[in-house]
Amino acid sequence: MSANAHSVVEPSAGAKLAASVLVILYACVALIPLLWIGLTSIKSPPDSIAYPPKVVPFVHFTPTAEGFCNLFTTRSRQTPDYIAGLPPSTGGCDEVARSRNMVVVGASNYVPRFVNSLIIAFGSTALSIVLGTAAAYAFSRFRVPLKDDLMFFILSTRMMPPIAVAIPVFLMYRELGLSDTRLGMILLYTSVNVSLAVWLLKGFIDEIPREYEEAAMIDGYTRLQAFWKVVLPQATTGIVATAIFCLIFAWNEYAFAVLLTSGAAQTAPPFIPIIIGEGGQDWPAVAAGTALFLLPILVFTVLLRKHLLRGITFGAVRK
Amino acid sequence: MSEVALKGLMKRFGATSAIEDVSLTIGDGEFVVLLGPTGAGKTTLLRLAAGLDHPDAGRVLIDGHDVTQEPPAARDVTFVFQQYSLYPHLSVYDNLAFPLRSPLRRTPEAEIRRIVHDVADLLRIADKLQNRATHLSGGQMQRVAIGRALVRRPAIALMDEPLSSLDAKLRADLRIELKRIQQELGATLLYVTHDQTEAMTLATRVGVLREGRLVQLGTPREIYESPADAYVAGRLGHPPINLLSRRLFPDLAAPGATATIGVRTEHLEIARASDGPRAGPVGTVSWIEHLGDQNHIHVAIENEKTVSLVDPDTPLAVGDLVSIGLRAPLFFDGKGARVQA
Repeated sequence: MSANAHSVVEPSAGAKLAASVLVILYACVALIPLLWIGLTSIKSPPDSIAYPPKVVPFVHFTPTAEGFCNLFTTRSRQTPDYIAGLPPSTGGCDEVARSRNMVVVGASNYVPRFVNSLIIAFGSTALSIVLGTAAAYAFSRFRVPLKDDLMFFILSTRMMPPIAVAIPVFLMYRELGLSDTRLGMILLYTSVNVSLAVWLLKGFIDEIPREYEEAAMIDGYTRLQAFWKVVLPQATTGIVATAIFCLIFAWNEYAFAVLLTSGAAQTAPPFIPIIIGEGGQDWPAVAAGTALFLLPILVFTVLLRKHLLRGITFGAVRK
Repeated sequence: MSEVALKGLMKRFGATSAIEDVSLTIGDGEFVVLLGPTGAGKTTLLRLAAGLDHPDAGRVLIDGHDVTQEPPAARDVTFVFQQYSLYPHLSVYDNLAFPLRSPLRRTPEAEIRRIVHDVADLLRIADKLQNRATHLSGGQMQRVAIGRALVRRPAIALMDEPLSSLDAKLRADLRIELKRIQQELGATLLYVTHDQTEAMTLATRVGVLREGRLVQLGTPREIYESPADAYVAGRLGHPPINLLSRRLFPDLAAPGATATIGVRTEHLEIARASDGPRAGPVGTVSWIEHLGDQNHIHVAIENEKTVSLVDPDTPLAVGDLVSIGLRAPLFFDGKGARVQA
């Protein structure tokens, strides 16, 4: 009922220390790839493929914004004579490009692809949560005919790898004109995520005693008003945790994005590898694109970490 | 506040019958307590009255209006649950204000403030108004829950064992408080409990429920002194009434159909058999329980056991032979129904 209804034994100092050491060790191993992405993004292309690897900035290599410049711009190679004949550079990425015998000819597609990712991931997450919460509430509270079978059906949509239905989805989307559209991708990711959302949220809503809604309904509210005023505020933690899981899936999804998007609705994951092909293996640009791509999930998770932690452990501690 | 009538209510859950033809009228300002064990249908009956469940048959009338088909919000009733009564994400103040802010009432905030403070004073929780609802003790939470049921002066307040989750001391305190509040407000209450003390002390009338049926309805005194059957007799009184075979008392004048004789502990007269010849059978003291404020004496008569109260300084000891006398015995037939003397 209240937070102090279940007591937790405080672990000993030794156990805490051991746990901390383990967590730190694990974090080091897990974070090395991220560190490498960060380091590579500030290296020059030759430094990025140097052997032995250059590790420490300012000691082994000089940090440069070249990776980020290459990420955001498209450039064309020119002769030194041509470049010498140009008006003085405007500095910044222009300067960097000229040092490689190139000139900036325009912006790259990274920003629009990133925006696509944002719209599709957040859009499908929002849709999954809205549908999932409504369905989970209905399954939790009402006598739904064939409830168990329906819940199993919803779960079963999760049982095979989504990519197994790639060809049918591809053909269907072509017929419906949903190929390479943001709407198409939002619907696709929602269809994958909504099963997870229904199952997770049903668990959270089951834990909210129905007496709260009943009390509100007696106090003069309709069921819908009771849902808004009483159930939703208490389901926030579960909703946030579920939203983060949905968002991570939609944000990271690669296979469908490669298959179904090519331009207008292309997301960042299929775009970033393409950078490699443009004018040699430009690892710093790839690393820069990847590093920026990681940020939204990081920010979202950090902002909501309090809810997330409570959400993940929810139900684990019973009254 | 107004009169509430339940007429011929029936409710089945699958194959089991939860409420079997219950009719009950609660008068304006009356405090009716329904007493029964777990599974007797107490909560179901309250939920039918509140509109949280729908009866299979029968009607609910509030102030003469048939509200059987009305949703809970339209009935002007309030409900105190056994647990989970408060909205955990709101402060005590907001919990108390919640019914007043409902779309059906839309009370001005100034008016809400006045009412909430009045109720908080009445419940002696005025200093807790800004607390989060979950940061209260169990007793305070139930006070707030009771307060929330009374802020809007409902036609009837329904209470489902509101004190049962509290410890014994708090339960006793709050029981007295509840009676005081009910009398100050003149509130109409339908209250269910399995606690006979609550039934005896709170109620203007007690209804005894057994397996979904209302077995008897009357003032606490009537129910105690003149139970309709052996079941009702057994619900009230502590230690419970002694039910002894007719054959143990061959000399007692009892109606012909009598199979069992019921006698309250305070109506058992126990004396040392050696103190002189007396009417009635002789039993053996098998055990004396020292409870501090009272002592229970267990006496075996042939194969039957009786329990009575004795003075703390009783000279009786285990193994003593005692004679058993009866005052005001109650007679029951083979099926447990009361047989009038």
